[in-house]
Amino acid sequence: MIPSSVTRTPRWLAVPLLGAAVATPALAQEDPIKVGILHSLSGTMAISETVLKDTVEMLIEQQNADGGLLGRELEAVVVDPASDWPLFAEKARELLAQEEVDVIFGNWTSVSRKSVLPVVEELNGLLFYPVQYEGEESSENVFYTGAAPNQQAIPAVDYLMNNVGVERWVLAGTDYVYPRTTNKILEAYLKGHGVSDADIMVNYTPFGHSDWQNIVSEIKAFGSEGKKTAVVSTINGDANVPFYRELGNQGIDAADIPVVAFSVGEQELTGIDTAPLVGHLAAWNYFMSVDTDANYDFIDAWIEYTGDEMAVTNDPMEAHYIGFNMWTEAVRKAGTTEVDAVKDAIIGVSVPNLSGGYAAMMPNHHITKPVLIGEIQDNGQFSIVWETPSTVAGDAWSDYLEGSRDLISDWRKPMECGNYNVVKGSCGGSEAQEEATAEE
Amino acid sequence: MKIPPCLGRMLALCLLAWLPLAVSAQDDGGQPLLESLDAASYAQMGEAIEAIIESGDERSRGWLEALLGGKLQRHKETGRFVVVLENRGRDWPVADALTGEAFGEMSRRDLDRLGINNALRGQLQSALAVLDLHVPDTRDRREAARALLGDVDASLVEPLEAVISGEEDAEVRRLLEQGLAIHRLEQGSVEAVASLEGSLNSRVRAALNSAARSDDPALAEAASSALADIEQKMKLNRGLETLYFGLSLGSVLVLAAIGLAITFGVMGVINMAHGELIMLGAYTTWAMQQLLPGQPGLAMVLSIPAGFLVAALAGIAIERGVIQFLKGRPLETLLATFGVSLILQQLVRTVISPLNRTVVTPEWMSGSIMINEGLSLTLNRLYVLGFALVVFAGLMLVMRRTRLGLEVRAVTQNRAMARSMGIRATRVDIMTFALGSGVAGLAGVALSQLTNVGPNLGQNYIIDSFMVVVFGGVGNLWGTLVAGLSLGVINQVLEPWAGAVLAKILVLVFIILFIQKRPRGLFPQKGRAAEG
Repeated sequence: MIPSSVTRTPRWLAVPLLGAAVATPALAQEDPIKVGILHSLSGTMAISETVLKDTVEMLIEQQNADGGLLGRELEAVVVDPASDWPLFAEKARELLAQEEVDVIFGNWTSVSRKSVLPVVEELNGLLFYPVQYEGEESSENVFYTGAAPNQQAIPAVDYLMNNVGVERWVLAGTDYVYPRTTNKILEAYLKGHGVSDADIMVNYTPFGHSDWQNIVSEIKAFGSEGKKTAVVSTINGDANVPFYRELGNQGIDAADIPVVAFSVGEQELTGIDTAPLVGHLAAWNYFMSVDTDANYDFIDAWIEYTGDEMAVTNDPMEAHYIGFNMWTEAVRKAGTTEVDAVKDAIIGVSVPNLSGGYAAMMPNHHITKPVLIGEIQDNGQFSIVWETPSTVAGDAWSDYLEGSRDLISDWRKPMECGNYNVVKGSCGGSEAQEEATAEE
Repeated sequence: MKIPPCLGRMLALCLLAWLPLAVSAQDDGGQPLLESLDAASYAQMGEAIEAIIESGDERSRGWLEALLGGKLQRHKETGRFVVVLENRGRDWPVADALTGEAFGEMSRRDLDRLGINNALRGQLQSALAVLDLHVPDTRDRREAARALLGDVDASLVEPLEAVISGEEDAEVRRLLEQGLAIHRLEQGSVEAVASLEGSLNSRVRAALNSAARSDDPALAEAASSALADIEQKMKLNRGLETLYFGLSLGSVLVLAAIGLAITFGVMGVINMAHGELIMLGAYTTWAMQQLLPGQPGLAMVLSIPAGFLVAALAGIAIERGVIQFLKGRPLETLLATFGVSLILQQLVRTVISPLNRTVVTPEWMSGSIMINEGLSLTLNRLYVLGFALVVFAGLMLVMRRTRLGLEVRAVTQNRAMARSMGIRATRVDIMTFALGSGVAGLAGVALSQLTNVGPNLGQNYIIDSFMVVVFGGVGNLWGTLVAGLSLGVINQVLEPWAGAVLAKILVLVFIILFIQKRPRGLFPQKGRAAEG
C-alpha cells in the first residue's frame, strides 16, 4: 500500500511533464506542492473563516519568498465550502481526488470537521484543524492544532476557582455539540471539586440568539446570592455581540460577575464597543497582545498582507501558523510530501509558537500549548493576567467523562491507534469511538 | 558575524545606564512611586497603589486612571513611564507620566504595559470612588457612593464617616451609610441589618444572603427576615421587568415586520429579500458613522432618513428589476426574491467585508435608567421601543391621511377600477414598495444598536417578520403591532422557565395552532379588501 502510493504520484505527474522535460529539464523539479485551503468564504461562517484562508495564503507567500519547500514552489488551492456541512465533504474530495493536494488546512465548526473526516481517511489526506474543539476524537489523518478542552476550559475554570475564588457557576452556551460536550466535562469537573448542583446553572441558546435580556437578568439574580459567581461562556459566533451589549447595558461589572469566554477573540470583539466590557475574561492559547518579537513580526506581516492598519490576529490564526510550520518542518525531515512519510515524521516535531515558547506535535496528533487568560481592554485587545507555568499537552480523550476516561491515542508504531482502551488493553476501532461520541 | 550583536548589546547597556540618569534629573518623587508599581506580583502592585493614594500627589488621580485603563506603560529601553493617549493601531501617541508633556508616537513593541487584574481593578475603582466623593457634581458623588457599596473595608470606615457628616445630599449620605452597614454586617453586627432593610440593591442582597448563612443564629435570622421582605418587593419588580423585556422584544419584531406588512400585507408581494433591506439600513448607519467619525449621535440621527432612502431605492430597483415581471405569480416571486437576497448578502460580503462592522452606540443610548434599585431599563431598548411606535404611527398616518395611502388602498382593493378612475397603478406599486422597503431600512438603523451588523443580519429576521404579519392578519397594520408585541411578551414570559430554545419552539407551535383555528390571523380583513 505504502510503496505503491509513493511511486504512483510522481509517475502520474511525470507523464504530462515528459514532453516539456526535454526542453527545460529543470521544470520537473519545479512542479508546485499543492496546499488545499478548505475554509468557508461565504455563508454564516465566512466571518471567522475568511481570515484563516488569508493566513494560510500569507504563510505560503512567505514560504515561497524564502525559496519554497524542497526546492519547489508552494501553490494554494482555494475552495469555498460555503458554510454548508455536506459541501465540506465534497470539496475535500475535490481537493484530494482531483486537485491532488498534498495537505489541507481547513474547517472551523466541529460538524464540518466530522463531515470531512471520512473523506480524508478514505483518500489518505492530511488535514490541519486550527480551532479549539470539544475533544473526543483522534484521527490518523487529522492534526488538531487548536486547543482540546484540557488546554482551555479546565485551566480557565481552575483560574477562576483558585485565583478569583468563584463558588457559583453559570455555564452558558450555544445549543450544539461543542458547548454541550465542554459543559458536560466542566460540570463533571466542578462536581469533582465539591461544587453542589444548586451552585451550577446551565443555559443553552439557539445559534445567532439576539435577545439576551431575560438570560442576563437571570444571571444577575443568580449572582446576588452572596457567593462569588462567574459565567463560563461557550456562546458561539454572532450571538456574542448582543450578549456582551446586554451585559454592558444591564451593568454587570466584571468585578462582580466575570464572564470567561472560550469562543470570543480579537476578531469577535471588532464588532463591539468594548468599553463596558473591560475586565471580562477569555481563555486562549494566544492573544494578539502577547509581548514577543515573533508575535510583533507576525502582526506586522499580517497588517502588510491585508493592507489594513487595524487588522487583528487571533488564536486560530496562530494555530495555522504553528500547523503550517510543523508541516513544512516534517516535509523537510521526510524529504517528501508523501502523506504517510509526513505523518510519521511530524510526530515530535517542535516549532516556535508566537508566545515565546515551542509547540510540539504529540503522538495523539494534538500539540502542546500554553494556556493564557486575558482580560478585555477598552481597545478590543486582551491583557494577559495569568498563564500556565509551562505548556500543556492536548488530551484527545477527556479524563472527566465516562467511556472516554480509559481511552488514549497514540499514532506511533506499533500502537497506531486513536482510541486504545487501557482497561481492556485493545484498540477500540471505530466502535468505541462511536460509543464515546454517542454519549455526548 | 559575532561581534555586531555584542556591540549592540553593549550600546544598549550604555543607553540603559545613561538614560535613567537623564530622567531622574527632573524627578520630583513621582518616579519612585511609579517605579514601585512596576512590581512582580499583583499583591505588590496593590501596595504600590495604596502608597500612591497616600502620597497625596496631585497627579495620582491621572496615574490611577491610566493604570485602570491599561494606559500607564513603560518604555522598554529607557524605563521612562508614559501615558498612552490612544491605544489603537501599531504606533501610539504618548505623554510623559511625570510631566504630562506629550512627545509623539511610540511603537507598541517598545512599550511595556503595567497590567492589572480584576482584583486590582476593584481596588482602583474604589480608590477613585473615594476621591470622587469630593467632587462638586452631585450626580458624580452619587455614582461614586454607589460604587463603594460592598467595597468598604476597615480602613475606609473613618474617612467615610467624616464624609457623611459633611455631605449635603441625602441620597449620597444614604448610600454611604448603606455601604458602612454592609461592612458592619460582614463583621457580624446584627444591628446593621436594620439599616439595610428594604433595599433592592443587588450588593445589599448579596451581603444579606451570605449573612443568612452565618453561624450566628441571631444574625442569620435577622438577615433572613430582611431578605424575605426584599423578595416580596422583588416579585413585582420581576413582573415589570419581564413585561418590559417582552415589549422590547416585541418592538423589534414590529419594526422588522412593519415594512413587510406593507409589501406583503397590503401589496401581496412575497419579498424574501426583506431581511436584506433591513441589513442595508444597518449598513447605512455604519457608513454614516464612518463619514462622521467621533459623532456617533449625529450619525445615528442622520442615518434615519439615509437608511430609509437607501433601502427605498434598493426596493425600487428590486420592484422594477424583478417583481413587476412576476405579478400574480407568488411562487416565482418567492424564488426570485430569495435569489435577490442571496445576491445582496454576497455583495455586502465581497464589497464591504464578511466580518461584522462595529456600530458605536452613542453616549445617550448606552447604559440604563434606574426606576428603583432593583429595576432598571436598558436605554438602547427603550429608544428602539419608542422608535417602533413612532414609525408605526407615521406609517398609519401615511396610509390613512395621505393621497398615497388612499391610492394604495384603492389599487389593492380593485386595480382595474382604480386605473379607470385615473390612478397610475404602476406608479403606486413603485411608491408602495419603496415605502415598505424604506421602513425596513429604518428597522435596520434601529437593529444596528441591538445586534450584529453583518451580512447575515437580515436572515435572522425574515422568518420572524412573516410570522408576525401572518399572525396579525395579512393587510392589517394594527394586527402587526398587536401581534409583534404580544409574541414578544409571550416569548419572554415563557423563557425563564422553558429556556430560550424551547420558548421559541413553543411560540411557533402556538402560532401553528392559532392559524389552524383562525387562518386569517388576529385581525382578518373584512369587506371588499378581503377579496383583494
